[in-house]
Amino acid sequence: MTTPTKAWRGVASEEQDELDEKVSVLLRERSRKLLGDLLKPHKKQIAVLTAIIIVSNMAGLAIPYLVKVGIDEGIPPMLKGTGTGTLLTVVGVILAAAATQALTRQAFLKLSGRIGQDILLELRRRVFDHFQRLSLSFHEKYTSGRVISRLTSDIEAIAELLQSGFDGLVTAVLTMFGTAALLIVLDLHLGLLALIPLPLLLLFTRWFRRQSAIVYRRTRETVALVIVHFVESMTGIRAVQAFRREHRNQEIFKQLNADYRDANARSMQLLAIFMPGIKLIGNVTVAGVLVYGGWLALHQEVTVGVLAAFLLYLRQFYEPMQEISQFYNTLQSAGAALEKLSGVLEERPAVPEPRKPTPLESARGKVRFEDVRFAYTEEMPILPKLDLTIPAGQSVALVGATGAGKTTLAKLISRFYDPAEGRVLLDGVDLTVLDEPTLRRAVVMVTQENFLFSGTVADNIRFGRPDATDREVREAAKAIGAHEFISALPDGYDTEVGKRGGRMSAGQRQLVAFARAFLADPAVLILDEATSSLDVPSERLVQRALRTILADRTALIIAHRLSTVEIADRVLVMERGEIVEDGHPDELIAASGRFASLHRAWIESLS
Amino acid sequence: MKGYLRPYIGKLVFIWLVALLGIGASIALPLIGKEVIDGPVAHGDQGALLPLGLLALGVGVLEALLTFLRRWAQVGPVLGLETRIRDDLYRHLQRLPMAFHNEWQSGQLLSRATTDLSAIRRFLGFGMLFLVMNILQLTTVTIVLLNMYWPLGLLVAGSAVPIVVVSLRFEKRYILISRRVQDEQGDLATLVEESAIGIRTIKAFGRRHHVFDSFDDSALKVYGTSMEKVRHSARFFTFLEVIPNFTLALVLLLGALAVGGGDLSLGTLVAFTTLMLQLVWPIASLGYILAMSQEAMTAADRVMEVMDTVPEIQDGADTAREPRGHLRFEGVEYRFPGAESPVLDDLWLEVRPGETVAVVGATGSGKTTLTSLVPRLLDPTGGRVTIDGHDVRELELGSLRQIVATAFEEPTLFSMSVRENLTLGHLDSSEEELDAAIRTAQAQFVYDLPWGLDTRIGEQGMSLSGGQRQRLALARAVLSKPRILVLDDTLSALDVETEALVEEALRRVLRDATGIVVAHRASTVLLADKVALLRGGTITHVGTHHELLEAVPEYRELLAQDADLDPSEGALR
Ligand SMILES: Nc1ncnc2c1ncn2[C@@H]1O[C@H](COP(=O)(O)OP(=O)(O)OP(=O)(O)O)[C@@H](O)[C@H]1O
Ligand SMILES: Nc1ncnc2c1ncn2[C@@H]1O[C@H](COP(=O)(O)OP(=O)(O)OP(=O)(O)O)[C@@H](O)[C@H]1O
Ligand SMILES: [Mg+2]
Ligand SMILES: [Mg+2]
Repeated sequence: MTTPTKAWRGVASEEQDELDEKVSVLLRERSRKLLGDLLKPHKKQIAVLTAIIIVSNMAGLAIPYLVKVGIDEGIPPMLKGTGTGTLLTVVGVILAAAATQALTRQAFLKLSGRIGQDILLELRRRVFDHFQRLSLSFHEKYTSGRVISRLTSDIEAIAELLQSGFDGLVTAVLTMFGTAALLIVLDLHLGLLALIPLPLLLLFTRWFRRQSAIVYRRTRETVALVIVHFVESMTGIRAVQAFRREHRNQEIFKQLNADYRDANARSMQLLAIFMPGIKLIGNVTVAGVLVYGGWLALHQEVTVGVLAAFLLYLRQFYEPMQEISQFYNTLQSAGAALEKLSGVLEERPAVPEPRKPTPLESARGKVRFEDVRFAYTEEMPILPKLDLTIPAGQSVALVGATGAGKTTLAKLISRFYDPAEGRVLLDGVDLTVLDEPTLRRAVVMVTQENFLFSGTVADNIRFGRPDATDREVREAAKAIGAHEFISALPDGYDTEVGKRGGRMSAGQRQLVAFARAFLADPAVLILDEATSSLDVPSERLVQRALRTILADRTALIIAHRLSTVEIADRVLVMERGEIVEDGHPDELIAASGRFASLHRAWIESLS
Repeated sequence: MKGYLRPYIGKLVFIWLVALLGIGASIALPLIGKEVIDGPVAHGDQGALLPLGLLALGVGVLEALLTFLRRWAQVGPVLGLETRIRDDLYRHLQRLPMAFHNEWQSGQLLSRATTDLSAIRRFLGFGMLFLVMNILQLTTVTIVLLNMYWPLGLLVAGSAVPIVVVSLRFEKRYILISRRVQDEQGDLATLVEESAIGIRTIKAFGRRHHVFDSFDDSALKVYGTSMEKVRHSARFFTFLEVIPNFTLALVLLLGALAVGGGDLSLGTLVAFTTLMLQLVWPIASLGYILAMSQEAMTAADRVMEVMDTVPEIQDGADTAREPRGHLRFEGVEYRFPGAESPVLDDLWLEVRPGETVAVVGATGSGKTTLTSLVPRLLDPTGGRVTIDGHDVRELELGSLRQIVATAFEEPTLFSMSVRENLTLGHLDSSEEELDAAIRTAQAQFVYDLPWGLDTRIGEQGMSLSGGQRQRLALARAVLSKPRILVLDDTLSALDVETEALVEEALRRVLRDATGIVVAHRASTVLLADKVALLRGGTITHVGTHHELLEAVPEYRELLAQDADLDPSEGALR
């Protein structure tokens, strides 16, 4: 991470306000690449679009020109009494041009709108999918609020570009070039005079680009912080209210909101300088042309018609400038968003999928840890050196003090993380060479914090196996004793569980999560405190179910209630990341080690 | 909405004035062009050329300056308004009760606080002014045109009729579509949020594709509606462009005839057409601006939907002075919104000052609901809860929630430092108090974290172990030394030994406080002086643990752990 470029890979640059030139070039290139990538499949459509818009603009541009022709060529013959033929023709052509412009313009709007929406859809899909691929370690640092802000407010910034900007830009650029050409054709001298300020314009625009790049990065960043805080306080609103956090939260939010406002203010102020600046350049030129053109007309070097047309066109030349600068502005804003999104897309999962996965037809469920060392942060190793074999079909109970590393061990079997050293093997195959579907079919974990998605109870159970029939869903619920309570809900299995399962009680949520795992039917089932919130009768039901469920599969059961432990074939006692006891529960109880005393304490606690 | 605009009235008036002057300047510029053609050029008057040129320069510079002033002055009001609404929305959301938050997806709330507010900002900062300016510009130009040569001017004015008619029709339809898009975007945000917060579950089951599919469905919905919007506005926008161009052709024709008839000078016709060309853009952009204003309107509707929700749980008037913590549930009924039958029904329970009652009941029997009534996270739908004889609804919320502290069954932590997670609203706690709370909850592990109490613990505390999270939540509840301490099954993730230590410490805390302890295990029940059995929504029995074990079979069933699962039977295979 020493070279300057490396430090900016992925999302590393997100929190930086100001970047040195080299890095920002790099980031711009990255965004441009993403944009190019997104546009590529629409190459043909864009070509069509360009053709349409050229026709549309030619038609549009022709109108003032035709008005000039009408005045210059149509009126004199009429005044002379030689007929209105020319005039009528010109008017007819104007009408035709207007119709053409309208038709092509409508086609353009529809097509460009379509391309824009296609790109947005693609971008949403890509970013969402990528977030889902990224490892847990990424998500732990990045937080959900940021994920949300990338997929909402950043996408919106790009949407704005695609919706309004694209349309305006093409029209504006074409109008400008077309007009510039016309001006020169109309009268070389005047034309050149009108174009003199162009370099100034370019310089000015460059200044704006530099400034706005900084400002818009800042808006993206500040809005993300607003979102992060917002989402978090809404998620934890129960604690916020119960512990009277509202006031402090409001202070924090106010600050973040003010930061966001300031960033926005900077961007509006920049625009407040940029837009009138462009206008100023345009107006000064108009005045110059007026005097010079008037002088030329006075000396009969140009006709009145040419001068009139010139003044018309000059407006048309500078009017789109406003539009282009508006576009440029949206582009800068979208650019900052693209930078963030391309950064996310550049992140590689810390737990990568193998390039050439080893096939594993049906896993039997033998799990092995080989000299595994693992740490979340280098300073604090959680598992110093773990060696463990769990034969296929064995039910292992893992007990130990809180914070000993039980969940960590389980997460390694699920390959949420890769060990720093050593290997974790399933049926003798290193987890790192198994592809995701294979691994997930074989290993399923009921996490300590069970998460329910909004949707019905059935949806949530079916999450374990999306192709399960209603009957299978019911069977699963029945097997673990959740059927009773689910049937008692207002709509039975079709009851909405509400936001994060909020409509269920804690125990009910746990039962649903359990049913979900049961339905998944894996070779290795990991239960991390899966019954901790259940009442005793429900727990007993679950345990009875477990005896049948676990008969033919490998299981790792983490529990503090030793009642669960007793259905296990083997007990592991963990302390500070090391297995300190290992044996059949009866043996360990009979001996006089850690487990025996734990067990004694537990029996006592029951009385 | 109006209230938000009030403080900026002065600035707004200024902005409007400047904007008006700006329009004046932009109209004046081509008129000077006309003067040049009709004056010096026509009469060969070289001397008048330079002054007119200077005038044009002056007006041009003025126009730019006015634009600058308008834009610069706009920054304050526009952003101030947005920021204030967002602050207020957030404040309001924090006040809305749990019942509201259970119903509303946070994606929908978020999209209101971000997307909708920026739609409003865009409209205020840009759309509204342009809308009015466009209309003004259109009317002034039309008036100037009428003055220049009224028959043609009338023609131009007449072309406004179809525009107005079609615009009205467009608006009606557009407002429906844009509301749909905004709602669908809120749903999409909800899905994104769930997929991020539920990432562990998704990964544990390898359901990436499944989750992607539901996201995709939702994204396709947004896509479909947006496309409808595109098609709809494409038709409208084009219509707006074609009208002025057609009118222009007519003007040219009739104007030429008028010039031929000697009613109109050539210079006037040139100026007339020049000015008319100036109408094309304002009319064409009208479509875009109208669309924008529709969006802002729907956005404001959506925001107001939330802002107008009156918090059902309102502050009471009394502050409790020296509360003793005598808690009573008097015939309490609680029914979730829309539920057929109540969860709690005619529930009576008394907890005397200093006493601790364990509430025992089956999964889903309503224990958590019961505990939520004390700090008024929920309000009973019947009966009342009193503290020292006062209905809790008469108490000021802040003071009530100072008396009551709850350790929830789910820890509910934030991605802040340990210290902030512990103190939350109780900002004035000293180091000693913090340490005492940490020791009570056996959470000394926090001192071993890389930065001690200042370590950030990850979103929802996910960089801690389950038991560590639970102990932090417990420490938070005991920190403020509440008169009434509610523990909702807060020892479930602790190992037996830690649990014993925590219980030991809690006993000391509970000696001085009134306590409600929700428990599934006998060990926790023993923290309490007496036990209340919750069944069928009401408290059926109250007594000591041993009394109930003896006398109440349902209680025995709930708590006698080893009833049919003795250790020897455990090792089946
Ligand atoms: N994502 C993480 N980042 C950093 N540290 C972590 C993370 N998850 C856990 N830890 C730390 O690793 C240690 C072991 O945690 P683990 O979750 O494995 O404990 P556990 O044995 O499951 O405990 P419990 O019984 O309380 O669930 C703890 O000290 C914890 O603070
Ligand atoms: N928001 C809600 N809307 C409708 N019903 C709800 C809602 N929240 C909870 N319930 C129902 O109310 C009942 C009581 O829930 P509560 O959370 O109080 O149970 P509990 O006794 O705490 O259970 P546990 O021991 O599992 O925590 C449950 O049957 C649950 O399904
Ligand atoms: Mg754990
Ligand atoms: Mg509960």
